[in-house]
Amino acid sequence: MSVVVPSLLKITFLLTIILGLVPVLIWAERKGSAFIQDRTGPNRASIAGIRLAGLVHPIADVMKLMFKEDFRPEGSHKFLYALAPFLVFFIALLTYAVIPFGDFIEVAGVQYNLIVADLDVGILYVLAIASLGTYGVVMGGWASNNKYAFLGALRSTSQMISYEISMGLAIMGIMLIFSSLRLSDIAAGQGDLIWGFLPKWGVVVQPIGAILFIVAVFAETNRNPFDLPEGESELVSGYHLEYSSMKFALFFMAEYCNMVIGAALITTLFFGGWNIPWLSRDVIVANVGTVMPIQLGLQFLLATIIATLFFMRAKREKNKFGDNRDREPVFMGVLATLSAAGAVVALGATPWTLGPGAASIYATLLQVGAFVGKVVFFCWVFIWVRWTLPRFRYDQLMSLGWKVMLPLGLANLVVTAIWLALV
Amino acid sequence: MSRDRKLHRWHRRMNFGESLYLGEVFRGMGITMGHLLKNLFWTRDMPTVQYPDEHRDYSNRFRGRHRLMQREDGTEKCVACMMCSTACPSDCIHITAGEHSDPSIEKYPETFEIDLLRCVYCGLCEEACPVDAIRMDTGIYEIAGTSREQFYVNKEFLLKNNQQGTL
Repeated sequence: MSVVVPSLLKITFLLTIILGLVPVLIWAERKGSAFIQDRTGPNRASIAGIRLAGLVHPIADVMKLMFKEDFRPEGSHKFLYALAPFLVFFIALLTYAVIPFGDFIEVAGVQYNLIVADLDVGILYVLAIASLGTYGVVMGGWASNNKYAFLGALRSTSQMISYEISMGLAIMGIMLIFSSLRLSDIAAGQGDLIWGFLPKWGVVVQPIGAILFIVAVFAETNRNPFDLPEGESELVSGYHLEYSSMKFALFFMAEYCNMVIGAALITTLFFGGWNIPWLSRDVIVANVGTVMPIQLGLQFLLATIIATLFFMRAKREKNKFGDNRDREPVFMGVLATLSAAGAVVALGATPWTLGPGAASIYATLLQVGAFVGKVVFFCWVFIWVRWTLPRFRYDQLMSLGWKVMLPLGLANLVVTAIWLALV
Repeated sequence: MSRDRKLHRWHRRMNFGESLYLGEVFRGMGITMGHLLKNLFWTRDMPTVQYPDEHRDYSNRFRGRHRLMQREDGTEKCVACMMCSTACPSDCIHITAGEHSDPSIEKYPETFEIDLLRCVYCGLCEEACPVDAIRMDTGIYEIAGTSREQFYVNKEFLLKNNQQGTL
């Protein structure tokens, strides 16, 4: 009982974050790509005139996909065809079990680690599960009875094999430095400072490893410079070509879940995990009377500025559309005002005088916030890179993987090992 | 000259820094982020026309849906001379001529029908007309219907089909 309930709560929290991020990422992908390409992007779907800059569109998309025909092509393998999308999505969600999203939370004198399964072979688990994801793609491509889908699946397999090696080599440097395979140890180890001022993040101690790992993660998640498995200019749309309705949606959501995992792994291994640089748990707990008012004050300031801008816009564009959409800036302004009012109420209640227990929970919340913030930033980097770079040609992809990344990873590993043996 | 040099740049081999890709990747990301921020903070400067809400301005010479002109007493100016239907390259104007009660006018169109699905909006009909009875200056370009018959417009429709007065 003492294990099950906290675990279930942690799983619920993680699933909420991940599945909540998926529609937001789809929105960011569409709106971000639009702005990068000088378009306005989605801005039509609305609930009572409130469009939230296109955030309502994912809901409309899901409605559409739910009611579409669940099509199965002739000659496809019935069982594997149905299994593939579920497998891909399931495996995409499995990896989160070993990712620490905070160090611990102390409730009623008991410390709970903020990680679902604190495996001592965490990294091996991540690598194992990540390569299992290919099976779903291969199954989907093969069972569709379509040569384009099959070619996409083949590409996905060879790409995974090529980049998994450099991914493993990139992680090995980190393993040597923090001398652990446990992700929570690695995350905690990155809270230290080098020479008293430089945070000991993975990217600082292993810059080449970080670059290799980020590139390999892009290849593993089949995102843009490496999205050959679905290269629509050659393969129509690759392995999920024959899928429709919610089965297609599962593939689509799995891609974004994989993106969130990729971002979480980059954060945990190379960008300090849940650590806030120069603000360790002890510092936060000791100075809660300074940190908390500053945080709430910043929230109040930001929310006030945003609310003012929206109310100014509401006044300026009073009858721009002549329908419900004119309520939109007022609605957004009210939301921002509520946020500012919340900060004022919190400031008035002076929660930093509640004692060390409350301060500890506040520190945990800040750290979880830092982790989620970093993950969201790296998810944005995934989108940003997708709309910047063209797709690799297939031979370029292979030569980058085998002729550049593999030797670089090996050299990085050897240099790290020698350096650690000498120091 | 500069264009030639640019082409030449395209064909040269990458130097060492460029062959590492990384610097160039960050340069590209800078460019895309520049576009994103520009469009985020100056959204109204984007060239997109939010079509059903906003309309593009067209020139006064834009040829839209046709209209038939009227005399001051409200009768049609058309004298059923068939010049327009002869000039029409897509054969979309169909006129049945009738004898007018006023001997100074001679003829008038009993029916005047235009098949808008055949029309190519070339404007030859309004150039051919000797009495300035047909014009394409309404500026209407949103022509939609749910059946073929709705595009087959008759004289009564064309006489009312104007936004700039009856003359």
